[in-house]
Amino acid sequence: MTSTVKVQITVNGQPTSADVEPRLLLAHYVRDVVGIKATNIGCDTTSCGACTVLLDGESVKSCTVLAVQADQQEVTTMEGLSPSPDELHPVAAAFRQEHGLQCGFCTPGMVMATVSLLAENPHPTEREVRENLEGNLCRCTGYHNIVRAVLAAAEAQGGDS
Amino acid sequence: MIPVGFEYARPDSVDAALALLAEHGEDAVVLAGGHSLLPVMKLRLAAPELVIDIGKLAELQYVRVEGEEIAIGAGTRHRTLEASEVLAAECPLLAAVAHSVGDPQVRHRGTLGGSLAHADPASDLPAGVLALGGTVVLRSPRGERRVPVTEFYTGVFSTVKEPDELVVEVRVPRTGTAGWAYEKFTRRASTGPSSRWPWSTAGSGSSTWGRPRCGPGRPRPRSRAAPRSRRPRRSPTGTPSPPRTSRGPRSTVATSPGCSPGGR
Repeated sequence: MTSTVKVQITVNGQPTSADVEPRLLLAHYVRDVVGIKATNIGCDTTSCGACTVLLDGESVKSCTVLAVQADQQEVTTMEGLSPSPDELHPVAAAFRQEHGLQCGFCTPGMVMATVSLLAENPHPTEREVRENLEGNLCRCTGYHNIVRAVLAAAEAQGGDS
Repeated sequence: MIPVGFEYARPDSVDAALALLAEHGEDAVVLAGGHSLLPVMKLRLAAPELVIDIGKLAELQYVRVEGEEIAIGAGTRHRTLEASEVLAAECPLLAAVAHSVGDPQVRHRGTLGGSLAHADPASDLPAGVLALGGTVVLRSPRGERRVPVTEFYTGVFSTVKEPDELVVEVRVPRTGTAGWAYEKFTRRASTGPSSRWPWSTAGSGSSTWGRPRCGPGRPRPRSRAAPRSRRPRRSPTGTPSPPRTSRGPRSTVATSPGCSPGGR
């Protein structure tokens, strides 16, 4: 039995703390320790992007980050994005408006990857959108509407950049 | 997939990390971004007793010009490399190679030193640093040594780094506006044997600092004028056939302005 490590991670603005095994993945910390389930685990091999969350504002695949690596940092998941169901984050609103989802499994990862992309590049071209979402797979193959949603979100956020 | 249990240490300095490495030797592994190490630990191909996390050591994260070279801290993340104004002006090949790694999520976590030390022949950055004729700086409690990257690799997933040594810095020449090209070929699914792993090649038009190179553990391209994989061969019908070294479609082509890869 290995010893546990105390971590303090701010999740969606709320401080959380737990004694965890060092091998605990951030995806499992968010889902099983904190208990919020929007972050999906798809391939578990850093390929599909379904588990994408923001770590200090940058997109990461939480199946390939240890919870101990996120100690003293801020994690944002899909739950922390929109103020309320009636007041969606611009990216979430754009995904709904443009029908950027089908089964919805990849959607939380797609949305978080998009938030990170638009933070780094507020006005991406369509090609840049496609290139920057290469780490997120949609098994429904609904990419056209996803790309449209990202471009719509960029336009909606245009005033802020 | 969950790794085998391990002890975890997050030293607050390089010296503290080196002391841990010296104490635990081959029972310990160094964790930086984790995007090479954690997948093999999840597959249980690696089961270290101690993981030493250097991912938050700011003293290993920098990109700066030093004389005729650029010194890059081993903990510098791929995303920092691809966005670096220093590299854009002084060594654009390395920025382009960093940009071609994985996807944004991977580039937010992966580090230059980690990628070089892992010595995966399918990795981008070793091929880039090999083409540039860079230098790997290793440090241990016994001191520091600089190893030309051409002598750093002893084979696939294998380097001259001793168990108590840490990659602390990577040095590449200032290439400025010299021409360059970088190509890689995707691995075709289910091709198994290592002989079919992809080639990563990078080359430069300048003979003073760089030569076409492949990734760790791969033979040097036959021609020093251009990587063999860049020369299209002609089939009897006269249409270019895929290069012999390619086992799949070319996935990335990045070149400096005016440099046409493969003569096409």
